[in-house]
Amino acid sequence: MKKLLLVLTIAFSASVMYAGGYRVGVQGHKQLAMGHTGVAVVTSAESAFFNPAGLVYLDGKLNVSLGAAAVLSNTSYQNREFGYSSEADNPVGTPFYAYGAYKINDWLSAGIAIYTPYGSRVEWPTDWEGSHLVNNIELSAIFVQPTIAIKISDKLSVGGGPIYVTGAVNFNRNLSRSLTDENGVRSNVTIDASGINAWGYSVGAMFRPTEDFTLGFNYRSRIDMDVERGDGTADFENLPAALAPGFADGDFTASLPLPAELTFGASFKPSEKWLVAFDYTRTFWDAYQSLDVQFFNSAGLSRNPRAYKNSSIYKIGAQYEATQKVTVRAGFYFDESPIRDGFFAPETPRPDSVNFTAGFSYNLNSKWAIDASVLYVHSNEIQNSYDYFEEAGQRLSFAGEYKSNALVAGIGVSYKL
Amino acid sequence: MKNNIKYLAILALGLFACEPEFDNPIDESGAYTSGSADFSTFVAVGNSLTAGYMDGTVFRSGQQNSFPNIMAEKFALVGGGTFTQPSFEDDVNDAGGFLLQGSPLPGFGTRLVIDASEGGPENLNVTSTVEVSNLQQTAYNNMGVPGAKSFHLGAPGYGNIENLAFGAANPYFVRHATSPNITVIEDATSLNPTFFTLWIGNNDILSYATSGGVGVDRTGDPNVLGYGGNDITDPGVFAFTYQGLVDALTANGAKGVVATLPDVTSIPYFTTVPYNPVPMDAGTAAFVNNAYATYNGGLQFAAGNGLITAAEAAQRTITFAAGQNPVVIVDEDLTNLSGFGIPSYRMSTVNDLLILPSSGFIGTQADPNDPSSVNGVGIPLADNWVLTADEIQLVRNARTAYNNAIIAIATEKDLAIADMAATLEVLVSGLRTADGQIYTNNYFDGSSNAISTAVFSLDGVHPNSRGYAIVANEFIRVINEKYGSDVPGVTAGYYPGVTVVPTN
Repeated sequence: MKKLLLVLTIAFSASVMYAGGYRVGVQGHKQLAMGHTGVAVVTSAESAFFNPAGLVYLDGKLNVSLGAAAVLSNTSYQNREFGYSSEADNPVGTPFYAYGAYKINDWLSAGIAIYTPYGSRVEWPTDWEGSHLVNNIELSAIFVQPTIAIKISDKLSVGGGPIYVTGAVNFNRNLSRSLTDENGVRSNVTIDASGINAWGYSVGAMFRPTEDFTLGFNYRSRIDMDVERGDGTADFENLPAALAPGFADGDFTASLPLPAELTFGASFKPSEKWLVAFDYTRTFWDAYQSLDVQFFNSAGLSRNPRAYKNSSIYKIGAQYEATQKVTVRAGFYFDESPIRDGFFAPETPRPDSVNFTAGFSYNLNSKWAIDASVLYVHSNEIQNSYDYFEEAGQRLSFAGEYKSNALVAGIGVSYKL
Repeated sequence: MKNNIKYLAILALGLFACEPEFDNPIDESGAYTSGSADFSTFVAVGNSLTAGYMDGTVFRSGQQNSFPNIMAEKFALVGGGTFTQPSFEDDVNDAGGFLLQGSPLPGFGTRLVIDASEGGPENLNVTSTVEVSNLQQTAYNNMGVPGAKSFHLGAPGYGNIENLAFGAANPYFVRHATSPNITVIEDATSLNPTFFTLWIGNNDILSYATSGGVGVDRTGDPNVLGYGGNDITDPGVFAFTYQGLVDALTANGAKGVVATLPDVTSIPYFTTVPYNPVPMDAGTAAFVNNAYATYNGGLQFAAGNGLITAAEAAQRTITFAAGQNPVVIVDEDLTNLSGFGIPSYRMSTVNDLLILPSSGFIGTQADPNDPSSVNGVGIPLADNWVLTADEIQLVRNARTAYNNAIIAIATEKDLAIADMAATLEVLVSGLRTADGQIYTNNYFDGSSNAISTAVFSLDGVHPNSRGYAIVANEFIRVINEKYGSDVPGVTAGYYPGVTVVPTN
C-alpha cells in the first residue's frame, strides 16, 4: 500500500497529459473503464468530476479516489508527393486525479476534485518537414474544484463548484521554412510560461426517478488561459547575425481557451449486478478560433488560425459485479474531431477516434479498493492539411497523411468510510 | 519475479502502442517505382549549373543543394546509390573562392552576400581556404565543372594544373581530374553511369553576353583552339561535341535526361539594371546637354554631308531631360566617324541590356574632382558594360541553333528532354509552387519577404539553393513522364535563399 502511494506521489509531480487535440479523457479509472461515462453514475468520489450532484448519493461518510495513468501516444506523418515521413514519438504523459467527498449531513455533501482534463505533449523530430508549425509542444493544466452537492429530494440533487486552473505551456517551432544561422542551424523560438491561472466552474444535476434509473447533466465552463506580459519567456535561437538584433529574447502574450463541455446521460441497472450507462458530451471547441502569439520584437504577431468546430463524444459503458471482490467494466466511445479540413495542424493531430476501454476494481476490504483501466484510442489514417501558415504574405499549405493511436493504462485506489 | 512481470507488462504496453502504420507506408521499399530507368549509378555532367555554383562560386554548404544532389536524395527512394560530389571539406569558412599555392586566385573570389550595412551584394570578407593544387584525383557522380563550355568536356588537359597559367585548364576540374590529361567526359563515363543528366552549352554563349559582347561570334569557324574566352562557339562545333558527349554517356545503355539552354539575356544579370537608370533634374539635364552640344552638332554636320543617315543622326543624338534618363554608351556598330573627331556614342534604349555590375559603376565619377565625369553621363559606358540589341541577336541565334541540336540528338537517342529554357525563364519572371508560395528573382527590393522568396543567387546568373530545388523538381517531372517512374519531388521553400550579413 505504501508503495502504491509512492507511485501516485511521483505521478502527481508530472502533471502532463496526452491528447490528440488537447482534451484528455482520463478522469477516473472506474468511469474510464466504462467508456468514460459517468454523468448519471454514482459509484465513487469520481462523481466530483463527472457530476458533482451525484456526491450526495454516495454510500458512506467519506469517499476518496486517487489515480494516475500512463499515456503512450504516437502520430505518424507522411507525404507521398515529396517522400516525406516522420513520426511524433511523444513522451509518456501522466494524467492524474484526486477526488474526495464528505457527507456533512443527509442533504449536503462537500468535496474537492483535482484533475487534469486538458494537456498535450507532442514531439516531432527537430527540423522535420512541418517544423515551421511545431517541433514540440507541451501543454498542461491542473484543475482544482471545491464542490458542494445538495440533495433536494431522494430523486433530485444539484451540485457544483468553482474551478481554479493552473497551467503551463512550452512550445518550440522554427521561425520559417528555411531561415538558418551562419552554421546552417534552423532559427527557432521557444515560448514558455507556467503558473498561468484562471477560474471557471462546474455545475450538475441528477435525477433518479427509480432505484434503477438515473439521469444526469453536467456543464463545465469555458476557461481562457491568458498569458500576460511578464508571465513567460520567448527565447529566440539561432538567428543569423543580420537578423538577431530584431529578435531579442523577451516575453509574449497569448490566450488558449479550454472549451466548455456539456454532458448529459442516463444509467440503469437491468439486474442487481449490472449497470449500463450512456453519455453524450458536447465540447464547445468553437472557442478556439486562433492561436495568436504576440511577440514584442520583429516577430510581431504570430496568427495561427484554428477555427475549431463544436464536437460530440458518444459514450457507452457497463459494469458487472462478478464477485464480492471483483467488479469488471468495459466501454466504448466515439470521439469526433473538432478540426475542420484545411486546419489540421501537426501540433494537435487529432482526427476522429474510436475508443475501447476496459478495467476492473478489486476490493481489498470493505474500505479499500484498487481500480485499474486501459484505453485504446484508434484513428483511421487521414489525408489533411494546414493551409494557413503565412510566409512572405502568402498562405502556404502543409499537407499529408496522418495516423495516430494511443494507449492509456492506469491504476488508482478508492477509499470508503 | 513480481518485478519481472511488472516490466513485462510495461514492455507489452509499449509494443501495443507502437508507431501507427499507414496502409501504404512510403518508407518501405517498393513504395515508389523507378519505371524503366535504373538510378543505381547517377552521374550529372555539365557546368556551374550542375556543380551547385551560386553567389559567384561553389561553397561547401551551397554545393549540398546542387540540383543533382537534391535529385539523388530522391533517387534513393527508387534504388539510387550514393551520389558523390567534389570535396569542399577544405572550405572551412564556407566561402568558396580559390587559392593557388596559397594566394587568392584572381577571378575566383569568395561568395557574394548582402551586406546589410551597405544594402548591396559584396564578396564575403574572408579569405578562401580552397586550394586548387590540393588534387583529389577522383571521379565524382557530380561532374559539373563551373565555366566549362561544351567542347571543354572533351578537352584533354582541361584538368592539368600546368595549363592554368595560360588559361587552358579549369581550376575546378584541376582539383578532381583523375589524371592531368584526362577529360571531364572520360572521368564521368569511368563511373559506368546507369542514369545521367547532361546540361551543357550555357557558357558557349553566356561569357560573350556577360562580357557585354566584347568577344567574337565564331559561327562558321570550327577551330576552337583559336577561340577567345568570350567568343560564341560555332553551332557546328557545338552539335558535333554534343553528339560525342551523348554517345559516350549512352555507350553502355544508360538512360538520362538532357536540358535545353535558357535565353541568357533574360537572367537578372541583364534585367536588373534598367536601360534608363539615371535620375536627373532639369538644371542638370540642361548642363549635360550643353556639354554634348558639340557632339550633337557634329552629327548634324555628318548627316548634312551624307556620311550618316538622318535616322542614325537622330539615334545618336544625346538628350537628357528631367526624370529617369538612359545612359550614354559607346557602340562600335555605329558608323565610324572618328576621322572627323566624332566618337561612336548614343544613348541606351529599351533594347539594350546593362549588365549587373554596371549598377555599381553608373553614377560614379571617373575623376573624383570633376563632377562632369559621371560614368554613363559625362563619360560614356564602354562596350563591356552593355549588351546591345545587335549583340543580343547574335546570342539568340546561337542559342536557337544549340537547342535545335540538343533536341535532335536527344530525340534520336530516345532521351528525356528537360525544357530548362522555360524553367529558368520562369525563375526570372516568377512562379507559384503547389504549396502556394510565389517565387521571384527580386532580391534587391530590400523587403524581408525577399529572403523567403528569391530564387536567383546574388551573381544574377545562377539560381540559389531554392532555385536549384525548382530545377531539380522539373528534371524529376520530366524523368517520371519519360520513364514511367514516380520519383517524389521536393519543396523549394525548405531550401535557403540569400545570405545577409550585418557588416562585411
